[in-house]
Amino acid sequence: MKLSARPLAAVLPLLLAACQYQHYQSDFGKGAVEDTQFLTLFTIFIVVCAVMYLLVIGFLFAAILRRGRIEANVVESGRHHESHPLMQSTLIGWAALIGVGLAALAVASFVTDRSMAKAATNEKLSITLTGNQWWWDIVYNSADASKTLRTANELHLPLGVPTRIILKSNDVIHSFWVPSLAGKQDLIPGRENDITIVPKRTGIYRGQCAEYCGTQHAHMSLVVVVDSYPDFIKWWGHQLQPAPAPASPLALAGFKYVTSGPCSSCHNIGGTQASGQVAPDLTHLASRKSIAAGTLPMSEGNLYGWVEDPQSLKPGVKMPTIGLPPDRLHAVVAYLETLR
Amino acid sequence: MSSPSRVSLLVLGAAALALAACNREEHHSRAKPIGETVPAGESPDTIFPGSSTAPPLDPRAALYDNNVNAISQGQQLFMQMNCVGCHSHGGGGMGPPLMDDEWRYGGRIDQIATTIAEGRPNGMPSWRGKLTEDQIWDLAAYVRSLSGLPSKDAVASRSESMSAGTPQTLTPHAEMNNSDAVPQ
Repeated sequence: MKLSARPLAAVLPLLLAACQYQHYQSDFGKGAVEDTQFLTLFTIFIVVCAVMYLLVIGFLFAAILRRGRIEANVVESGRHHESHPLMQSTLIGWAALIGVGLAALAVASFVTDRSMAKAATNEKLSITLTGNQWWWDIVYNSADASKTLRTANELHLPLGVPTRIILKSNDVIHSFWVPSLAGKQDLIPGRENDITIVPKRTGIYRGQCAEYCGTQHAHMSLVVVVDSYPDFIKWWGHQLQPAPAPASPLALAGFKYVTSGPCSSCHNIGGTQASGQVAPDLTHLASRKSIAAGTLPMSEGNLYGWVEDPQSLKPGVKMPTIGLPPDRLHAVVAYLETLR
Repeated sequence: MSSPSRVSLLVLGAAALALAACNREEHHSRAKPIGETVPAGESPDTIFPGSSTAPPLDPRAALYDNNVNAISQGQQLFMQMNCVGCHSHGGGGMGPPLMDDEWRYGGRIDQIATTIAEGRPNGMPSWRGKLTEDQIWDLAAYVRSLSGLPSKDAVASRSESMSAGTPQTLTPHAEMNNSDAVPQ
């Protein structure tokens, strides 16, 4: 008895956690209009196909049970017209049913496709999402250059606003897939794709690169936060601010190293000399929920681990292991934590 | 055991040994040893082309020279760090061309790494402290490949980035000529 309860005790917390995060990364999340439309279409397809499948199986079993009892009027015998009238009308009905079923699927597919395309013409916000090995570069486009925002790996979307996401890639093919909202759509080097999303439920969702893109494909995920409109505007305004000046001496030492040392060759920190353009923007790193495209949750301990030896946590990642001595590591992490 | 099967066993054994010796694909995701240094050379203030005799080959050169991963990582860095801004894609511009046979400060991989780390007169900046030592070695490995110096099985037959150029496997092999480095 004790033995049989043990696996249950181990699985139960997992099941409960699954309930809590049931819409975190799920095709049934209904987090956006697109996802809901797609789910409806999918349901129609499943129902129509299931009915037809069951009918075919039913007829098949009936035929097996009746075998030998009735002489079959096969086409080759040339006596097809002698079939029982009931059989004839059943066959005509069957053909009609197939026609109706296929037509229903075509109509449902067309209607869904058109209504998704209609949302795309009604764009209110434009975001450029660029795939890199193995992280997401995010730019909020604005006609006003001072409102253009660059961030990485965490996408914020306003509730109910049709948002067009332009998809590009810097190296290989990636694929944008946030199951709870929409997708998939490929990011292809040298081309521009796009997808339009109208979020309809606030929350935090997980996106995932859905096209194998190299060693760390599994660690190329995207946190998507759907905010209410006022929250979104507040977030945007905050993200536009340059990085705050470090207050403590330790953070100041870190600031000096980060903005002049090897970090600055690749990373950008708004308002400082660090202006590299080939790695995730760090201006508000500590306000994000994850490190290294969803590889680790954001925390002081994980920052220490990541800065000291990224190659052990995400082997093959383009960020090199520098091998910082402890005092410098303390300073760098202290500075990164001020980037809220 | 019949002699044909003995011969085939020998061939298999030899093939296994040959494969084991093949390190062109070796990939050290963490630079080893951590904290390694590019050989320090003369700084741009004191150096003249060809003014110094070549030091003995650095033992770390073997880790990066003719290494597939080092060359392809170096290729990405060559674009990302804007080497193309001055050297173009090897043809040169403000900076000297890198695809010809002339090496003012030596064409060995450790000499190139020193050149990148220390900087050189008339505009080549010092990258020491801006890139890691490992990245500087990678860059040096790629720079050598621009003039076809590494073996053909180590260079990529397609570029890591969007490029319509000729694949590197077709880069003509240029001799490594330090002759213009004779003291004037």
